Formats: sequence, C-alpha cells, structure tokens
Amino acid sequence: MDKICVLGDRDSIYGFAALGLDIFAVTNDFEEDKKLLKRLCNGDYGIIYVTEQVAAELSEVIDEYSDQVFPAIIQIPGVSGNTGAGVQGVKQSVEKAVGSDILFGNE
Amino acid sequence: MASTNINPTRMELTRLKKKLATAVKGHRLLKDKRDELMRQFLDLARENMALRKKVEKGLSDANREFVLAKSGMDEQTIKEALMAPKQEIYLKKSTKNVMSVDIPVFDYETRTPDENDMYSYGFAFTSSDLDGAVNSLSEVFKDMLKLAEVEKACQLLSTEIEKTRRRVNALEHVIIPETQEGIRYITMKLDENERSTQVRLMKVKDMMLNEAHGYSEKMEAPPET
Repeated sequence: MDKICVLGDRDSIYGFAALGLDIFAVTNDFEEDKKLLKRLCNGDYGIIYVTEQVAAELSEVIDEYSDQVFPAIIQIPGVSGNTGAGVQGVKQSVEKAVGSDILFGNE
Repeated sequence: MASTNINPTRMELTRLKKKLATAVKGHRLLKDKRDELMRQFLDLARENMALRKKVEKGLSDANREFVLAKSGMDEQTIKEALMAPKQEIYLKKSTKNVMSVDIPVFDYETRTPDENDMYSYGFAFTSSDLDGAVNSLSEVFKDMLKLAEVEKACQLLSTEIEKTRRRVNALEHVIIPETQEGIRYITMKLDENERSTQVRLMKVKDMMLNEAHGYSEKMEAPPET
C-alpha cells in the first residue's frame, strides 16, 4: 500500500498531518533538500505534494521524475501565497503538446 | 541529395518500395494517434486547470484558517495537537492505458473506517478555529487527489503528443519524400540502363550481320541477276 506525502516549509504543511499524510519539512539546505526529495521519490510514495517555493528550488530533481508515472509530483501553494507556478505548469504542458497555448492563453 | 548513394538495383528498388509502403501506413496511424491523443489531452487540460484553481483556492482558504487558529493558540499547543495523527491514508495506485500512454489512477483508503475521524487532539485546549481549518483541508483533499491524477496524466500525455508529432513530421517531411525520390532515381536509372542496353544490342547485331554476310553492303549494292 502506498502513501502520500507533503514536502514544504513547516508552516505550510503541518495541517496535512491531521489528514493522515506524511509531512516532511525542508531544511533550507539545498543539498539536504535534494537528497530528501530523492529519497521520497524512491520510497513508496505515490503522490508527493510540494509547495511552489520548494518546487522552484528543486526543479532539477522534479524534472528527473517527470516522465515516470509514479510518483506524481504536484505543486501546491504554500502559506506565503500563490506564486502561480502551478497554473504556469498546466499552461506549459498545453504549450508542449499543442505548440502554443490555445486554451488559457488569454487568461 | 541522398539519391547519390543509392544503388540503382532492382533489389534496392523493391526494398525502397516496401519502406515507402510502411512509412505511409505508419504515418497514417501515427497521425490518427496524435489526433486522438490531442482530443483526450484538451479535455484533460481543461479539467486540470479547473481543478487546480479550485484546489489553490481551497488551500489558501485552509491556510488562512490555520493562521487564524495559530494566532489563538500558542505554538506548543498546536504542535502537540497535530503531533500524533490519528488518521492515516493509504493510497491505492494503478494505471490506465490511454492510447498506449500509462496514466495514473489514484484511490485512497483511510485507516479508520470513518473518514472524518481525524481530530487527533482533545477539544479542551485547542480553539475551534483549528477544527475548522482541519475540516476545510480535508474537504479540499479529495480534489487534491483528483488533481494529482489529472495533472500527472496531462504531463505524460503532453510528452507523448510531442513525441508523436515529431514522428509524424519526420515521416511526412523527410522519410516519405526521400524514399519517393530514391524510387524515382532508381526507376530512371534502370530505364536508362535498359535503353542503353537495347541500343548496344542493336549496334552489336548490326556489326555481326555486317561481319558474317556483308549484309549492309549487299543492301547497298545493286542486285545481280
């Protein structure tokens, strides 16, 4: 049986513990965080939610796993506000598939 | 041009013709695949965007509630309250095949049969804001799960569409024209060879007749009777 975990700064994620998800707080040490995310990816997690701020820092690790079905690494907004990176990600995948953003181009 | 290093032989011609047939068939199939992938992808992308907006709004609301809850209690209490979670979520993952792309399907199970059994703390020392915050987070969670499924599917599909499009274009603009060019080159060359052989044979026949019977002089000389 797989699990779901949330990775981000402590303030953004502690609530998810109540739902029964595993939470991992980042340490702000880049190398440490990279190792942590890699460990999570190779562990038995099916979904890893990552806050947008952290995802921006760890984008190279996330890209590595982007063509695998599992784990799904999904960005969520953190407590300090929405950076729009998640929406940007959706637009990017449309752009990749179609060639230009025909769905959400004028939003 | 590639045709310069093609052997103008019949075997090569047969090979190229086979190659062209395969390429044309493959091109048609890949084009169909691309169209179908694109159709599925556009639906998914729309759903993805709607879900993402919903989840982001839900999460920012929940976060706001958490901040409020935190302001009413001290850090220590809130940490204690959420330290030992009661609920646990087990994820059931499987894959679904869409046009030979594996996309994930997620389902979950909670450890305790009652999904709402998630308040891991006594209500005496925590403010009701925390209950509300946890509750609204749990409400947004179902959408988050769906979002994970749809967003991953979108990413995988878009990669596959890109790949398929490249293949279609390569076949349409490079492989098929090059093969056709090769076939034309060989046919021309073979025809040319045939003509030159014919001419040579005629010439040789002429020469042999001439040698054996003085045929052409006989023709020119006046008949003796």
